[in-house]
Amino acid sequence: MATNGSTPFVHLRGVSKWFGPLCVLDKIDLDVPEHNVVCLIGASGSGKSTLLRCINRLERVEEGEIAVDGDLVTDDKVDVNALRKKVGIVFQAYNLFPHMTVLQNVTLAPRKAGGFTRNGAEGHARALLHRIGLEAKADEYPDRLSGGQQQRVAIVRALAMGPKVLLLDEITSALDPQLVSEVLGLVRELAESGMTMVVATHEMGFAREVADKVCFLDAGQILEEGPPSQIFTEPREPRTREFLSRVLEAEKLA
Amino acid sequence: MHALHQVYRTFFYPHSFRLALPDVWAGFQLNLKMMVIAEALVLVLALALAIVRGLPGPAARPLRALAIAYTDFFRGTPLILVAFIVGFGVPGLQLGYISSQHVIVYGITALTLVYTAYVTEVYRAGIESVHPSQRAAARSLGLNYWQTMRYVIIPQAVRRVIPPLLNDFVGLQKDTAIISVIGVGEATQLAQQFSTQNNDFASLVAAAVFFILLTIPLARFTDHLVSNREGRERAQAF
Repeated sequence: MATNGSTPFVHLRGVSKWFGPLCVLDKIDLDVPEHNVVCLIGASGSGKSTLLRCINRLERVEEGEIAVDGDLVTDDKVDVNALRKKVGIVFQAYNLFPHMTVLQNVTLAPRKAGGFTRNGAEGHARALLHRIGLEAKADEYPDRLSGGQQQRVAIVRALAMGPKVLLLDEITSALDPQLVSEVLGLVRELAESGMTMVVATHEMGFAREVADKVCFLDAGQILEEGPPSQIFTEPREPRTREFLSRVLEAEKLA
Repeated sequence: MHALHQVYRTFFYPHSFRLALPDVWAGFQLNLKMMVIAEALVLVLALALAIVRGLPGPAARPLRALAIAYTDFFRGTPLILVAFIVGFGVPGLQLGYISSQHVIVYGITALTLVYTAYVTEVYRAGIESVHPSQRAAARSLGLNYWQTMRYVIIPQAVRRVIPPLLNDFVGLQKDTAIISVIGVGEATQLAQQFSTQNNDFASLVAAAVFFILLTIPLARFTDHLVSNREGRERAQAF
């Protein structure tokens, strides 16, 4: 782990956010060193998604500081479009553009915002699609693809901009169980290739396997964080224990 | 039997029909001309206005307010009044170029002003119907506001509103007849002149037939688009 010396790639200090009177993030501190994978676990509504959406400024925060690769995200003068080219995000519901083919989905941002020519963007996109085994689907529309295929295209679409960090927001939660592994397999490959990632997930087995650090969120706070070996085997907080035992129970039933 | 004959003689007398047809057809070409030009203008202006209405941020508030005032005003005012005001009022201003246009220009202006207000609302509904997650996805990729509108939001919005938009255009086509009140010699006006001359109504029925022949294909085309989309959405649900 590259925590010593250099400032972490993603850095949050005292981040708080309210939706009206509801505090959804409560003084969050989080450091993500380069090439590390941090998994956020916790019940629905604990603030995992909101936290991710603050990092690429889809949401504004009321208090605290967020920095990505040295750029202060929480500064009003930050160039959000430049920031977002460095920070890819993949959503639970894929959010592919339904009126565009797979290839158009992947090449739109590189062509219009990334300075690629059409040929350059398409070549790059086809290479990425080839890597995930979906090159044959390049000219199909998203509604012709399975959920797992759509989500893998969404990951490739984010990768096409060459991001330095990837935010994954419960990307397997909308998938049929038999489609989950193809998506997680791709994420595992990315982790192995050294991609910096912040991953909100309900897949505890996956978190345990790929995470360098696991954070348990509860009511907008990071209640506990540590290496997966510790969090999953000897959690210190009773709330963490309770959450994990409920999740494990549910997995046994499934 | 007498009554039926009376109906035939009043509305469908072939001689009057034949007599009126060439002139009513000539007049109808003015309806077509007004319709095509007004529709083209409405398509562009209404989209611009809908985009202005959706502009984010406090800085755009005056622009949004103007756009709202425009749609409120022109949706609330009967076309016939707008036609009178533009058709008689603007020439009366004696503003040189603006006041010395052919009367058909004022007719097209009135139609465009009123229908732009309707179609703005249609576009706006379409833009708002695109799920916010589409905007989030586009912005997350580094596309700016305008690129997101241009490549992601508006193409989806326009696709969705084509049926209601065509519906408004059927209305516009028929309302070209109202422009006769400011002295455009279009089909309705010429038909009415024939009706007075011949003392029957066959010429008016002839004009009606032209309008119907024009709107039926458009209506079927709209149905076709709607059923196509329903089919697609059903296919997606499975």
